[in-house]
Amino acid sequence: MSGSESEAPYRDRSATDDATTDDARRAFEGGIRPRRFGAWYVAEHRFRVMWSYAQTILVTGFGEPFIYLYAMGVGLATLVDRNLSLEAGGVGYLVFVAPALLCSAALTTAVIEFSYPVLLGYKWNPTFTGMHSGPISPGQIVDGLVISVVVRLAATVAIYFGFMLLFGAVPSAAGWLAVPIATLTGMAFGTLLMAYASTIREDSGQLAMVQRLVVLPLTLFSGTFFPLSQLPWFLQWIGWISPLWHGTELTRVVTFGYAEPVWLTVLHVVVLIAMTVVGWAWARRIAVRRLAA
Amino acid sequence: MPQPVIVARDLVKKYGEFAAVDGLSFEVAPGESFGLLGPNGAGKSTTMRMIGAVSTRTAGGLSILGLDPDRHGPDIRSQLGVVPQADNLDTELRVRENLLVYGRYFGLPRRVVAERADELLEFAQLSDRGQAKVDALSGGMKRRLTIARGLINDPRIILLDEPTTGLDPQARHILWDRLFRLKEQGKTLVLTTHYMDEAEQLCDRLVVVDHGRIMAEGSPAQLIREYSSREVLELRFGSDRNEEVARALEGSGDRIEVLPDRILVYTADGEAELERISAAGLHPITSLVRRSSLEDVFLRLTGRSLIE
Ligand SMILES: Nc1ncnc2c1ncn2[C@@H]1O[C@H](COP(=O)(O)OP(=O)(O)O)[C@@H](O)[C@H]1O
Ligand SMILES: [Mg+2]
Repeated sequence: MSGSESEAPYRDRSATDDATTDDARRAFEGGIRPRRFGAWYVAEHRFRVMWSYAQTILVTGFGEPFIYLYAMGVGLATLVDRNLSLEAGGVGYLVFVAPALLCSAALTTAVIEFSYPVLLGYKWNPTFTGMHSGPISPGQIVDGLVISVVVRLAATVAIYFGFMLLFGAVPSAAGWLAVPIATLTGMAFGTLLMAYASTIREDSGQLAMVQRLVVLPLTLFSGTFFPLSQLPWFLQWIGWISPLWHGTELTRVVTFGYAEPVWLTVLHVVVLIAMTVVGWAWARRIAVRRLAA
Repeated sequence: MPQPVIVARDLVKKYGEFAAVDGLSFEVAPGESFGLLGPNGAGKSTTMRMIGAVSTRTAGGLSILGLDPDRHGPDIRSQLGVVPQADNLDTELRVRENLLVYGRYFGLPRRVVAERADELLEFAQLSDRGQAKVDALSGGMKRRLTIARGLINDPRIILLDEPTTGLDPQARHILWDRLFRLKEQGKTLVLTTHYMDEAEQLCDRLVVVDHGRIMAEGSPAQLIREYSSREVLELRFGSDRNEEVARALEGSGDRIEVLPDRILVYTADGEAELERISAAGLHPITSLVRRSSLEDVFLRLTGRSLIE
């Protein structure tokens, strides 16, 4: 998380780097804390902004899980449980669908937190430029954003999970693992979206397109409301590249012991972590290119 | 002599083949108020971004506080106060919060930041606006808040990129007064401007920049003495007669400059020159004698006006 600055091709350094003066010593001292904790200061900024719309966050944080679990899990479940035999390991529809709702909620929250603030920070209200003219490095700005969203996601998911417990949607004792898994699911998609959003220089509704052409199909066809195997074969690939499918299946394993081969469970974890790392690293590269040109 | 806080040697910044900054060399001493005066597109902001350690130079030497910005960006930036050309205050936060958040980027303890925020709001004459939304502030107030924000880390050097561009005269004077205070406190100021009066008011020393190159360097008084006369006689004969009259005026004063709407006669004594011209039978519609300014220096150096 330290701020490394890129080296440019050729340089006259004869007059420079006289690190022995009082000024230089003072600068090194001033650089210590920002170099070490810069990402946390950026996160602090994000929390302050979130605090300014805390009401909305709380209302959706508590309202959404109740409405969705009730509508899908209780209302729809009475219909589904009566008419369908699912390949869901003999659990009711509520137990089957709750992990998908949980992971979708994480994904939706990640989409919000990684799109609007990124466009804002680079362009509409260039606070990233402001941070960077202080001692914060471009990479730290990205890291700080990631930290703040992890916290926001974990909180959102934990509340959601609380409702799942209340609704009796978590039979397994290892169910609490759903919280880190769903958080990771949000990050897997979110960091990739952050990287993409960082490349947008002229806003012509790209993010709305992403919402319609990527997020919505993912939400519908990721083995969320029905198992992936029910999709025609030519649509099943969506699941395999979808962080939501990997996250949901993994959550199902921990909340009700969903039966799947061990290699597949391992694959879910690997894919989610890999996507997070790739998106994060990509976003850092773009930040350097965009802020330190 | 104390060590300079900024040393630039043949500083170059290229965007593709285009050199926005094309070999600038200058030094800034501690406590000095140094200016870059030049028209739009001269490369002032690009230079400021390199000094501010946020833009890497293409070639040349650059040292800020004895350090190379390529390697010590965060360290250098911890000692700078930056007022960018375009405000980037956080519009999602309130006025005082902007200072609190910004102070934290430097790793300052919350208590220290809170204390300084109140002092700086006072300094920026915004004490009663602490809880206001940023967007509710006037242009001049936003600018003052940006300056206050730049001071939150008690910077060694303050970089001001066109601090008063776009402000009305009254707001400019308030801002100049604030900047003058900083100068009195012994802060090192580096500022860019395309207003000659601003440069004259605030700069101990300045470089005149055009097309990424330095045209001249010195104190405002030195530059005027060297590149202009003491006084300027401005004559208007009506734009259709300008050319014709200009030929008749050939040889008046030290030098004449023909602009589309008026003729400038550079001379030590404007009134005397005007009498001579009237005596020769030339009667301008309007005439004006004024002291030479940096605008005249720029015109002399580049053949162009500072503000198009
Ligand atoms: N990021 C950039 N990419 C390409 N050209 C640039 C960039 N930034 C500035 N320029 C060009 O460099 C020149 C100097 O710009 P700038 O430093 O902003 O001038 P000033 O601040 O003196 O008005 C201008 O011609 C401008 O178009
Ligand atoms: Mg500029």
